[in-house]
Amino acid sequence: MATTDQEVNELIKREYEHGFVTEIEADTFEAGLNEDVIARLSAIKKEPEFMLEWRLKAYRRWLEMKEPDWAHVGYPKIDYNSISYYSAPKRKEDMPQSLDDVDPELLKTYEKLGIPLHERAKLAGVAVDAVFDSVSVATTFKEPLAKAGVIFCSISEALRDHPELVKKYLGTVVPHTDNYFAGLNAAVFSDGTFVYVPKGVRCPMELSTYFRINAANTGQFERTLIIADEGSYVSYLEGCTAPMRDENQLHAAVVELIALDDAQIKYSTVQNWYPGDENGKGGIYNFVTKRAACIGKNSKVSWTQVETGSAVTWKYPSCILRGENSVGEFYSVALTHNYQQADTGTKMIHLGKNTSSTIISKGISAGKSSNAYRGLVKFGPRAEGARNFTQCDSLLIGDRCGAHTFPYIESLNKTAIVEHEATTSKVSDEQMFLCRQRGIDPEQAVSMIVNGFCKEVFKELPMEFAVEAGKLLEVSLEGSVG
Amino acid sequence: MLSIKNLHASVEGKEILKGINLEIKDGEVHAIMGPNGSGKSTLSQVLAGNDAFEVTSGEVTLNGEDLLEKSTEERARDGVFLAFQYPVEIPGVSNLQFMRTAVNAMRHHNGEPEMNAAEFMKLAREVSKQVDLDPAFLKRGVNEGFSGGEKKRNEIMQALLLQPKLAILDETDSGLDIDALKVVADGVNALRSKDRAILMVTHYQRLLDHIVPDYVHVLAGGRIIKSGGRELALELEERGYGWLGIKDEATAASPAN
Ligand SMILES: Nc1ncnc2c1ncn2[C@@H]1O[C@H](COP(=O)(O)OP(=O)(O)OP(=O)(O)O)[C@@H](O)[C@H]1O
Ligand SMILES: [Mg+2]
Repeated sequence: MATTDQEVNELIKREYEHGFVTEIEADTFEAGLNEDVIARLSAIKKEPEFMLEWRLKAYRRWLEMKEPDWAHVGYPKIDYNSISYYSAPKRKEDMPQSLDDVDPELLKTYEKLGIPLHERAKLAGVAVDAVFDSVSVATTFKEPLAKAGVIFCSISEALRDHPELVKKYLGTVVPHTDNYFAGLNAAVFSDGTFVYVPKGVRCPMELSTYFRINAANTGQFERTLIIADEGSYVSYLEGCTAPMRDENQLHAAVVELIALDDAQIKYSTVQNWYPGDENGKGGIYNFVTKRAACIGKNSKVSWTQVETGSAVTWKYPSCILRGENSVGEFYSVALTHNYQQADTGTKMIHLGKNTSSTIISKGISAGKSSNAYRGLVKFGPRAEGARNFTQCDSLLIGDRCGAHTFPYIESLNKTAIVEHEATTSKVSDEQMFLCRQRGIDPEQAVSMIVNGFCKEVFKELPMEFAVEAGKLLEVSLEGSVG
Repeated sequence: MLSIKNLHASVEGKEILKGINLEIKDGEVHAIMGPNGSGKSTLSQVLAGNDAFEVTSGEVTLNGEDLLEKSTEERARDGVFLAFQYPVEIPGVSNLQFMRTAVNAMRHHNGEPEMNAAEFMKLAREVSKQVDLDPAFLKRGVNEGFSGGEKKRNEIMQALLLQPKLAILDETDSGLDIDALKVVADGVNALRSKDRAILMVTHYQRLLDHIVPDYVHVLAGGRIIKSGGRELALELEERGYGWLGIKDEATAASPAN
């Protein structure tokens, strides 16, 4: 039935909703990267001295590193000297003291994105940190959080106010030597979020960060560090958007999570960077290193991600399960469309006894896109009784897209148990016909079918974001009926 | 209600319907019988607008409007309902959500306000009782793991929810146990009304004991070769299709003279 393909194709063509540019006065470094740029960056952020050394060490090492080419994606070579490494909205004082000090244009930007910083925070009871290009512009709900002892601020602030905590943990999970993009990030990271939840505290609200790339030719290199002390719990969500631009923009983030004894971190991402247009022009290169260390016994980290944006995505949120009985989870929906390429997956590194992990990956490809799952499950020699369950499902919309699965399993322990399931299916013509025969629009039908496919992952998202994720899929699929 | 004139349709270059003529008036129930592979499902699918089938000539009007130029969903919203012979599964999409989306699409089309989840739940529970389906089926994925008979009852449930003008039931009776057959027949009889028409495809006279048709047609080799009242079904039950000059699909391709 060729016709549904055609319909799907027409439906997929809706435009990116968040593609506006905000007219705002900005301080932007000229393009280029050298030690002087890094020194200026560190100075402008009034960082403690150790940071500059830390950055320079990373930079020098990065110069000797090679860009990886093993991911199942292709993109033109990036000229790292054509990128500006710092762009910040200009403002009177050094940093906004409260939301009232934030440039109204910026607040409007966030409102357009559906993140009205005031209202949303109040209504949903979600504390928001908003990062615009290189800096954090506002963090809401600081006081009630402070009362609970939770530190939730930008990483620049954390470096000034809690340098000892940052110093103790920064780079312990993702060292600057880890990979090319992590090295670059360590040298030039501009801002990001810092969270510390003290012993025994259940963070009283959802924490959330919204990242937005606005300035042209700017890279965004954010750094997030979340520490859950013994017996604590925190749920954190990040959302991302960028304007529509013809040129590609680079986003190379590093996220480190640390869970101590009996601590739990739930980390959810709704990634909707500009994916490029229907001819594959423009879009964000999203090269991200996300890793969690379950260092304490009985600790648990859950990664949930809904990835619909970016021209090229290269991302493997991982868990190092060191503590006895620690648990790692990865729930992922990755949707690619037009010429988007996604190479994503996870690594579960079982080091401790009785550690367990669950991987549920749902890949959806439409248009001419390519979607790859790459997962590594590794059991160290001391991982007695460790187990993993992996389920990888791919859904194809139309017949010009591709899905690939690359599962790797390495086991150095005989008692470890791995279960792996994989399926590939299509949005079938029969399913489409059934929906349409019941009066349902083809577009709505595809989105309903895709949402059904993603159900297991969506149910892991915090309530209000699950709805958002469903809508996001709907928008991303527009023009995709095929 | 429905008027089919000299309808020809083919699939993958092979002609299946070779000139169907059929008139169905408001309030009438027509039964279509005929050997396997004779084109009964094809006719049903063509009427519903499945574009796997190509209409090569002929015309079909529904209440005077050209049906063939409309898309599948437009036909559905105009009141054409097809109960599938082989209902397909949609994993992860709850039956309840699917049916509510369909009902709301219809309501939207008719300028009526959409039903919220709670209102619809109430309605759906009532209707599920009518077809003897446990309300637990509402929470399951559309047809996901349903038994053959459950799928058929689920189809009738949708017909009852959507209240179509023209209900086409493709072998809704096959695979049903005796009790389920009664339930489905009761459902179809509940649909019967003076401003609704029903076209049922069936192989068995026993369904027609429960749902008494106004007309019975024999479709063979892509043509309607005989029409009559309900006594024709009884005759077919007794004598098979042989006396009509058809033995099987091969000979059905060139029917009696
Ligand atoms: N998609 C298709 N591709 C190829 N041939 C098809 C297709 N659909 C139907 N046919 C053929 O068309 C003919 C009529 O099929 P149809 O399903 O309409 O028969 P039917 O009368 O409903 O039979 P049954 O009583 O077995 O349900 C058969 O020979 C069938 O193989
Ligand atoms: Mg049939």
